[in-house]
Amino acid sequence: MSEDLPAGVERRDIDGERRLATRGEPVYGEPTAEGWRAWDPERSKLGGMLELGLETGLTGGEKVLYLGAASGTTVSHVADFAGPTYAVEFAPRPARDLLDAAEPRNRLFPLLKDARKPETYAHVVESDVDAVVQDVATRGQAEVAVRNARFLADDGRLLLAIKARSEDVTAEPADVFEGALDRLREAYEILETRRLDRYHEDHLGVVATPK
Amino acid sequence: MSDTDDPEANGASDGGGGWFEARPSGAADGDTASGDAATAARVRDGTAEAPADWPARAVEAGFADDADEYYDRLKAATTRATREAVRERERADDAQLIHAVRAMDDSERVANELAERAVEWAGSLFDEVDPGIEGARAIAAREPETEVERRAVSLAERAAELDDERAALAETIGRIAPAVAPNLTEMAGPELAARLIALAGGLEPLAKKPSGTVQVLGAEDALFAHLSGRAPSPKHGIIYTHEFVRGTRPEDRGSAARALAGKLSLGARADHYAGERRERLHDDLRERMATIRARTDDGDDPGDAGGAETEGVTGDE
Repeated sequence: MSEDLPAGVERRDIDGERRLATRGEPVYGEPTAEGWRAWDPERSKLGGMLELGLETGLTGGEKVLYLGAASGTTVSHVADFAGPTYAVEFAPRPARDLLDAAEPRNRLFPLLKDARKPETYAHVVESDVDAVVQDVATRGQAEVAVRNARFLADDGRLLLAIKARSEDVTAEPADVFEGALDRLREAYEILETRRLDRYHEDHLGVVATPK
Repeated sequence: MSDTDDPEANGASDGGGGWFEARPSGAADGDTASGDAATAARVRDGTAEAPADWPARAVEAGFADDADEYYDRLKAATTRATREAVRERERADDAQLIHAVRAMDDSERVANELAERAVEWAGSLFDEVDPGIEGARAIAAREPETEVERRAVSLAERAAELDDERAALAETIGRIAPAVAPNLTEMAGPELAARLIALAGGLEPLAKKPSGTVQVLGAEDALFAHLSGRAPSPKHGIIYTHEFVRGTRPEDRGSAARALAGKLSLGARADHYAGERRERLHDDLRERMATIRARTDDGDDPGDAGGAETEGVTGDE
């Protein structure tokens, strides 16, 4: 397992366990120790990807566009180690929690927008971000990633968690993933894929870069 | 957060601008809005086809001295915009939707009554016109010459205006229904979604009803006739207006109504308890309907037609 964690993400002893952690205000009742908050890979696809050692290309301090921020669980950790972080969430109820998570983080920008319609936030989110992190549980996840490719720098990274059940409950996850990757290849070069089943059943982690 | 004095209203206001750039017209938002309110509004409503290096553009335009100040202002604007948007979407509550749909029905009913009266009256004064609202509009366009004509034309105008109000209410319902009940609205359309919520007395009561009840909402007379042993059980209530029921051949309408009601109640529950769009529900509904309608084509599936079935609606959840 590679230990190429971004600066600002460390393995710390928290509650007697060696765990991924970032430094910041607690958000969802996660255990903390000495200002470090445990990052639970079972509650976070990106946390799972880091825990499994995918080459995310994250180094710390980068600009991030996060799609599907939900209540802000994962994006709060991202904002702890990254630079300007744009958090897009479509549903108002989780967005209220996202506002709370964003409050003490002065470079985390909450946006109540539909990730399928990037033109509704392209006037806010800057170009050439270093990473697009995507965790949206709607159908057409690859399509969302393709539409949002416009935000990425040429050498930027797409860090995508594809949820098979969101695409087709009846199909084999492997077939669903294959279909999604085909669509992704229209705009991206796939660098790495890994099943996240250890932490998230029927999810595929994908690292890609714009073509 | 200093929102009192920032006179730099318009830097570069070319098209496709960033959230910090004034709109070309400068008319929106009212002139008295503070800088923060105006930028928050642009975060909410603005669009751009492609992103740009907004921090650099903002500094260039004099909106901020440096990137740090830009991000501080972006933070203030996005927080405010998102807070307002969340509050607004949550305020679009089911009670307002119920008022709107009932007002729409009243407007329609009264508009038709008045139109009928105006057309009848005008028929004794002018040439015959078409019946209904269209006729009333034709009469309203006339130049009255006597006092009696003036009254008849005026009455026709009221009918036409009331019909305009009905259309405006329908538009409002179309806007707020997706915020109140995204899944239900996607399945049923804004009007039927609003009617179901109104018949149930709210989104929460609707979410708590078994789908068999949702199936016959709006058919209470027929249902009570059935319960007192005077009639067969109704196959559908207001959901009859849905294309999936009405557009299915009569033998299969009971099945279609039952399947649709099952998905609609799941949609209402997702809307009430989660408030998020559930793609899967919509796929499931499309699939079920395709299956039911396929019967028309092949004519197989003999033991399963029309009202032959009884219960077991939401068995797949």
